[in-house]
Amino acid sequence: MATKLKDVDVVVVGLGWTGGILSKELTEAGLKVVALERGNPFNPANDFALPNLRDELRYVVRHELMQNTARDTLTIRNNISQEALPMRRLGSFLPGEGVGGSATHWSGHTWRWTDMEFKVRSMYEERYGKSFIPDDMTIQDWGITYNELEPYYDRFEYTAAVSGKAGNIKGQIVAGGNPFEAPRARDYALPPLTPINSSVLFTEAAKNLGYHPFPRPSANASQPYTNPDGSQYGACQYCGYCQRFGCEANAKGSPLVSVIPIAMRNPNFELRAHSWVTKVIKDSDGKKVTGVAYTNVLTGEEFEQPANIVLLCAYAINNVHLMLLSGTGQPYDPAAQTGVVGKNYCYQNGVSATLFFEGKYFNPFISAGGSNATIDDFNINWAFDRGPHNFIGGYNVAGGFNTALPIGFRPVPRGTPQWGTAWKAATKKWYQHGMTINAAGSVMANRNNYFDLDPTYRNAFGQPLMRMTFDYKDNEKKMGKHSADLVNSIAKSMNPTHVNQASSRDSWTVVPYQSTHNTGGTIMGTNPKNSVVNKYLQSWDCHNLFTVGANVFPHNSSYNPTGPVGALAYWTADAIKNRYLKSPGPLVQA
Amino acid sequence: MSDQDSGPQGFARRDFLKGAVVGGAAAATGTVSPAVAAETQLQAAAPASQLGYAFLNIEEAAFVEALVDHMIPADDLSPKGTDIGLNIYIDRALAGGWGKGERLYMQGPWKRGTPNQGYQLPLTPAQLYRAGIEATNAHCRKTYGKPFDRIDVKQREEVLVGLSGGKITFENGPPARMFWGTVYQTVMEGMFSDPIYGGNRDKAGWKLIGFPGAVAVHREHVAQYRDKPYTADILGIADLS
Ligand SMILES: Cc1cc2nc3c(=O)[nH]c(=O)nc-3n(C[C@H](O)[C@H](O)[C@H](O)COP(=O)(O)OP(=O)(O)OC[C@H]3O[C@@H](n4cnc5c(N)ncnc54)[C@H](O)[C@@H]3O)c2cc1C
Ligand code: SF4
Repeated sequence: MATKLKDVDVVVVGLGWTGGILSKELTEAGLKVVALERGNPFNPANDFALPNLRDELRYVVRHELMQNTARDTLTIRNNISQEALPMRRLGSFLPGEGVGGSATHWSGHTWRWTDMEFKVRSMYEERYGKSFIPDDMTIQDWGITYNELEPYYDRFEYTAAVSGKAGNIKGQIVAGGNPFEAPRARDYALPPLTPINSSVLFTEAAKNLGYHPFPRPSANASQPYTNPDGSQYGACQYCGYCQRFGCEANAKGSPLVSVIPIAMRNPNFELRAHSWVTKVIKDSDGKKVTGVAYTNVLTGEEFEQPANIVLLCAYAINNVHLMLLSGTGQPYDPAAQTGVVGKNYCYQNGVSATLFFEGKYFNPFISAGGSNATIDDFNINWAFDRGPHNFIGGYNVAGGFNTALPIGFRPVPRGTPQWGTAWKAATKKWYQHGMTINAAGSVMANRNNYFDLDPTYRNAFGQPLMRMTFDYKDNEKKMGKHSADLVNSIAKSMNPTHVNQASSRDSWTVVPYQSTHNTGGTIMGTNPKNSVVNKYLQSWDCHNLFTVGANVFPHNSSYNPTGPVGALAYWTADAIKNRYLKSPGPLVQA
Repeated sequence: MSDQDSGPQGFARRDFLKGAVVGGAAAATGTVSPAVAAETQLQAAAPASQLGYAFLNIEEAAFVEALVDHMIPADDLSPKGTDIGLNIYIDRALAGGWGKGERLYMQGPWKRGTPNQGYQLPLTPAQLYRAGIEATNAHCRKTYGKPFDRIDVKQREEVLVGLSGGKITFENGPPARMFWGTVYQTVMEGMFSDPIYGGNRDKAGWKLIGFPGAVAVHREHVAQYRDKPYTADILGIADLS
């Protein structure tokens, strides 16, 4: 029997960026907040300290900071006709576990998504006509605008110590930044990181071809920094151990360096680590939720935590899983096209070329999470005419690498033997002389890419695993090919000694790692028919349930997700503080 | 003779160890001279690994030693695999949590699945290694009349090319390419992970490519070493502990 605990104002499920931001904001508003986090409470000074932190095997290969698939995973398949099988070990994506969530080990690339995403359907229809959008492509406008979100982006960037160079301040194009970005009120919190050699070469090449390279905005503090809340960041050391590692220098934008310690100091806040939420509990008429059920994974004891407001902040995938397990909202059925929970799952689409230059040195072990350069010429702008290419969305292209440690990164020209003296000689010869150019592409929603509950496999709590059905559709294949051609043309213009050319992927596979940019499943929209939550991320069904994370994105951009995820967390916090508390109920009339 | 695993008398080590067991029994009946018994004991106590093995049995150890010395032969670029400790790395990895499948979802039902669905075997990595070694040795015995550690360099090359290219398949055994993938991954991990795990001895792997290891305060180095070779002492976790 579950022990029923004392009522609180707010229960937060999961303590990463979104849970951290909401915990801080709502405790400051005077609410009693309990955060339930399934993983460990980390102490950066101890847990992310030298020398043990510098261990590629432990963190990159063995996934020390990530979700343990022995306990909970997903089943996966490419299409409805296949049988889904468990992702038995992590591969394609790496959700985090423990206080701080995935942002403990992210790279920090922080982007602002714009109306090119938020109004995707209406903007494409206006420009190319309704028939340009394929019938099975279930994209929709998000119900929010860039202008509404701009102040919240700003807030997140200044909280997370984002370093970069603005390209458009209040409509004025600024040299050296991204000329295609939407207008921002002011520059980034910090100047850009120092570019590494691969980034310098890529920038030169892109300029020569008439493109518009700029330093990638990233939450790696380029200088010591105190954010508006008084949280202190150290300066990035370009340590080369960034993605999948905690940051020893406290330079990585992380809720563990900023919002979480602030919430922890507030007597209104209580953190319960090792607490695995298994369900959101609905009241008898289904119009509200009453709290959550969780298991203490250290003791196996079960609890029920009643709360006036439930905030799902458990990462995109887990938020959808919890909604499906709890029966909050109607599950999506791709055949009948009914229901919305599970709909519009999207991933990302990427290609990569490796270039080898005799005589040039890259020092791949000297880099920061975001010390490379990018072009957006084929992404958020209409100057790139999609008409002749017949696809929707776009891709950004980056030169250089961030975390390139030697178990994982030892580039050799294709065709090199895989072992023996010849392998050693090639590995030695090229290690210092290889760099990559990558394109990251958007994925548009499709009626046959979705989540539901698996009929066969179960997690450690006896609950059905979530089932992911996903593959690239024609739109992504066309874009993938376009991006591979572009990457290869840039590579060629750089005149390397050898190139391992980029080629597009036709199908999604669970190995190897691609990105932890999973979106959709409980999407936002303008009405309960086309979405699970309204523009304030409030459930249409239960007005005291909010879910914050990339699970609310109706499709995926080529950009990494955390810019809008962080901005939406502040946006939702304001909606709760300024409007919901005054009159609890739906914030948008259905 | 190119068989790198032959012992001092030209025996493969595992034969020597088997002999040691016989010799031990013989010694108990008093039919072996004390000198021979003493030598036998000495040899038995000093396998190729000074540390001994935590997971690998005699036959598996012979396989792994032959394998890593073939994949990483001694030349002017590095010492050979066993001298770099790759066999020790692999043994410990298999004996430890990873080998036992600690982060592996192990519930059935088991289906082979599509290549896109990744690893679907009902085996932990250690079990896969064990079954794969047995199957590879069976293949070698059938083809060459000897297990992998007893065939010559050309034949070893043939076997590895066959495994990696999908030309060798195991009857009634695990998928050969899955086994090869795990073997290859562990050899590379042993070569390039921090020496605290038993491989990369004397930082031979890091020295080969010029990776500086655990010291990573490079703020001043980004501009200073842009397009220049960076050299520094190569340090591992143990050097800094
Ligand atoms: C290797 C890697 C690199 C990345 N790089 C970038 C990047 O450069 N740029 C970018 O924009 N994004 C990047 N991301 C993605 C980014 O980390 C996430 O978008 C962001 O951290 C999501 O924040 P969140 O609060 O939604 O979820 P998380 O930070 O994942 O937090 C969710 C928390 O909920 C907990 N939880 C889950 N289920 C339960 C449950 N049932 N009960 C209790 N607790 C639960 C988890 O343990 C976790 O701590 C990267 C991710 C990874 C893994
Ligand atoms: S590269 Fe910079 S931000 Fe990333 S972990 Fe190293 S010091 Fe921290």
